Amino acid sequence: MGRRTLPSLAARESPLSSPATQLARLRAVPIDREFPEALARAEHWPLRPSRLEILQINVGKVCNQTCRHCHVDAGPDRTESMSRETMEHCLRALAGTEIRTVDLTGGAPELNPHFRWLVEQLRSLGLHVMDRCNLTVLETAPHRSLVEFLAHHRVEVVASLPSVRALGTDRQRGEGVFEASIAALKRLNAVGYGDGGSGLRLVLVTNPVGAFLPGNQASLQAEWKRELFRLHGIRFDALYTLANLPISRFLEWLEGSGNLESYLQHLVQAFNPATVSGLMCRNTLSVGWDGRLYDCDFNQMLELGLQSSIGHIARFDVAALENREIRVARHCFGCTAGAGSSCGGAVT
Amino acid sequence: MHPRPHYFHCDDLQRFPEIGENRSDLAKKFFDWYAAVFAEGALSVREKSLIALAVAHAVQCPYCIEAYSKEALQQGADLDQMTEAVHVAAAIRGGSSLVHGVQMRNHVERLGM
Repeated sequence: MGRRTLPSLAARESPLSSPATQLARLRAVPIDREFPEALARAEHWPLRPSRLEILQINVGKVCNQTCRHCHVDAGPDRTESMSRETMEHCLRALAGTEIRTVDLTGGAPELNPHFRWLVEQLRSLGLHVMDRCNLTVLETAPHRSLVEFLAHHRVEVVASLPSVRALGTDRQRGEGVFEASIAALKRLNAVGYGDGGSGLRLVLVTNPVGAFLPGNQASLQAEWKRELFRLHGIRFDALYTLANLPISRFLEWLEGSGNLESYLQHLVQAFNPATVSGLMCRNTLSVGWDGRLYDCDFNQMLELGLQSSIGHIARFDVAALENREIRVARHCFGCTAGAGSSCGGAVT
Repeated sequence: MHPRPHYFHCDDLQRFPEIGENRSDLAKKFFDWYAAVFAEGALSVREKSLIALAVAHAVQCPYCIEAYSKEALQQGADLDQMTEAVHVAAAIRGGSSLVHGVQMRNHVERLGM
């Protein structure tokens, strides 16, 4: 079992850095039915949005980690980062809508040079802001004051931690990540995050460390609360369990470990019609670092743009986006398997 | 039945339901009961998967070891927990042998001088 993290696919000039190659590799796997057929059986074809509630802004692919399952192919060797001008387009779009929640993601969103400015602007609009944080960035010298900054602006921290132990965490995210993550969580707790009554919400996100679906979210949350407090004195508000979608670096790992075919077939077999109404692509719109719009962060990484004339945040028009068809492909089976998976955890 | 070189084939695990092709009434009772046993209850599904993994090692059933290695991971258990479960099975097996040494001692006490 290899444990080394590698540079990004892009830096290695891997064929899998191409979205077209990723989609072709998925299409080559024999499966029983395609995603549109599964949706049709669930009476959800074509898939359309519900009310737009969340704008998810991916502010760039720069990250201080190179996790082996990353669907963004993020890392220290990436340079894509959202400009202040594109952020201003996002702010203008938000000012004219009913959207109340903004979900900041990356890469490590905090490594965008305009991150703090963006958070301040969003909060001044009265919006709820979520920061998808890898935790270790909070322990790097230039960014240690982020803990106090996030608390001051009452940003919800949605932090990645695959396991309550070092073994699984470091295998997925790199040597030493667990120790730094625990240190960051203790500092977040110290300023009031995870307290329950403070209003500073701290959510942990776990992705399986391998070719299987996540366990029961409620059951794992109870165990994690007990174990993180027992082992490290750490408190948090909720645990989200997310499935790994078979794209980008997780796709590379699936292929290399000989698990691609069985994993994709398992996702297809585990299709759960009850997950469809709660899929994040129905109430969330995804903005890329360059301002282009997508149905979700996964479609963004596969460069599957919106089926709409509104392709960029500068031309944002909520009414024009309401009746579009959501673009789907085989990777979508990752969000509908078992209890379902979304940026808010299990769907059912 | 075609000749095969081994008693155990991993593909056979998927064929377990074929046991119901005869006396399906008995198979149905078994599979219904099996599903009820592993449902969430006073013990969580994850705890039951770890017990099953330990028992699989105690009875040394390769089908069960495969099935419950996968199931324990799927239920959110990690390799440390799974390894501890296997040690529990090994400890009970080892302890079971050793505690029978008391019977040996009883026989020696009765027969010896």
